[in-house]
Amino acid sequence: MNKQLFFLRMLLSSLLRRRSRLLVALLAVGLGATLLSGLVTLYKDVPRQLGREFRSYGANLVITSDSTHPLTVALAEQAAALVPQDKLIGHSSCRYENIRINELPFMASGCELEQLRKTAPYWQVDGQWPQAGEVLLGQQVAASLGAFAGDVLELALTARGAQEPRTFKVAGLLKTGSAEEKFVYLPLSELLSLTSDERVDITEFSIQAGEQELGTLAQTMRESTGQHVRLVRRVTHSEVTVLSKLKALVYIVTVVVLVLTMVCVATTMVAVVAERRREIGLRKALGASDRGIFAEFMGESVLLGLGGGVLGAVLGYLFADAVSEQVFGRPVQVNVWLSLVTVLLSIVVTALSCVVPVKSASRVDPAQVLRGE
Amino acid sequence: MAVVLKLEHISKIYGDLKALDDINLEVQEGEWLSIMGPSGSGKSTMMNIIGCMDTPSMGKVLLEGQDLSALTGAELTSIRRDKIGLIFQQFHLVNYLTALENVMLAQYYHSLPDEQEALEALKQVGLEKRASHLPSQLSGGEQQRVCIARALINYPRVILADEPTGNLDENNEKLVIELFKRMHEEGRTVIVVTHDPEVAEHSQRTVIIDHGRLSKTVHNT
Repeated sequence: MNKQLFFLRMLLSSLLRRRSRLLVALLAVGLGATLLSGLVTLYKDVPRQLGREFRSYGANLVITSDSTHPLTVALAEQAAALVPQDKLIGHSSCRYENIRINELPFMASGCELEQLRKTAPYWQVDGQWPQAGEVLLGQQVAASLGAFAGDVLELALTARGAQEPRTFKVAGLLKTGSAEEKFVYLPLSELLSLTSDERVDITEFSIQAGEQELGTLAQTMRESTGQHVRLVRRVTHSEVTVLSKLKALVYIVTVVVLVLTMVCVATTMVAVVAERRREIGLRKALGASDRGIFAEFMGESVLLGLGGGVLGAVLGYLFADAVSEQVFGRPVQVNVWLSLVTVLLSIVVTALSCVVPVKSASRVDPAQVLRGE
Repeated sequence: MAVVLKLEHISKIYGDLKALDDINLEVQEGEWLSIMGPSGSGKSTMMNIIGCMDTPSMGKVLLEGQDLSALTGAELTSIRRDKIGLIFQQFHLVNYLTALENVMLAQYYHSLPDEQEALEALKQVGLEKRASHLPSQLSGGEQQRVCIARALINYPRVILADEPTGNLDENNEKLVIELFKRMHEEGRTVIVVTHDPEVAEHSQRTVIIDHGRLSKTVHNT
């Protein structure tokens, strides 16, 4: 048997046949690794999760029409194609026109309503979202008309006075608590059939991305479509502020946990090494060098760190997943790199924690400890 | 017969206390020597110096002609590993290694672990069937025999035993003494530190230490 093989046999025997001691040390390392892995997983995943939450506050990027280069649905689709599909929550193009309903003037908005439900999830509709031949009335419009869901209205464009009014059924009433309640919404295709052109006034995007990434996307869209593209600062800025504060908080907690873990592991290792002083003395009496003793204990701590790290990576993921499910109602993504870093960090922390006690123990006088002093 | 070990005017001083005082002693190759003396007489200090676990304050220790007195800790470790087999009163086995692995541990530090050779050493002490047992599963006598197998495995020049029967009952004491006899018959140099006159009387020569000085030498018949 070669030396390396016996070295490994000794390490495994030490770990497997001293189960109670191993369990205490493994628990210390594993618990630290679990907290670290869990917190860092959350640290990494919270922006993604909160980003989704922030999307419920509405669009964060808009394209508006240029008088010289009118915005069309085709151009809006061209811009949407530039957004990574996994980050695009939705995009909706709208066209605004003055209309008359029962001879009263209102503002109509023809929108891609299916998409609008994604970009403006905070809208509350009393009734149904409109289909072809139907409209959605803002609460204030409905109040002016005394209309309810199910009523039938006659609608015509103001600019085309001679146009025959068309009949629409009120599918539902819209409540947002803001200016949207002053509008009449109908499918974009219906409005464009009235105007007989393809122009839209605005396209709103809801994209799951940070401010910097959005800025880059806006620039790319600008260059690609030649339209006015801008970020909705109110939304993106709030998102950045909240996220940076939350990340700082998790970061501080992570650092504190790391320090506590090191102290906890170091204390455990000091106790583990101290109770093996006699064994160290015996090994020295049998001819082990200080370096040999050091290598044996470091080997054990590396195996311990590896075991604790793997345990921590698995439990940390489960911990982060449970927190994420509880808070955001969504699972966290598995991060292989983070798992590897957790294992490596556990090995390094355990090994570092062992350096001082093992160095000190390897200097024991074998004659003294073998006499029981 | 060649001189294996020679102590020349050895003294060991701790502050005001002279644990050993001008000891002169020669041990021949293949000799079985007992060192006796009351508690605090300096036996353990002498054993530590002969076993390369301590150095004298004055005088010279020559092992096969090599002066050990001025060696560094690492050099003494190397001599201990290569030339001395240690047997302890309290056995001192590594509790998570089997009997076989405890014997192989000495091989590991000396050269290369050889399972067959270690098993043969256990067979020599009648423990081949207990090779896979942990120390906690062995009786005191069996543990001491594992300790002896471990001391013998690397063919040391000197076997140094500190109260080898001190923790054993009468039957096991007899077994261990038989093993020492066999070692002696095989031509090994054996030095036994003991309180027990019955153990000492099996050796060829007994030196008695009192207050750090060699007070008497008895040649046993």
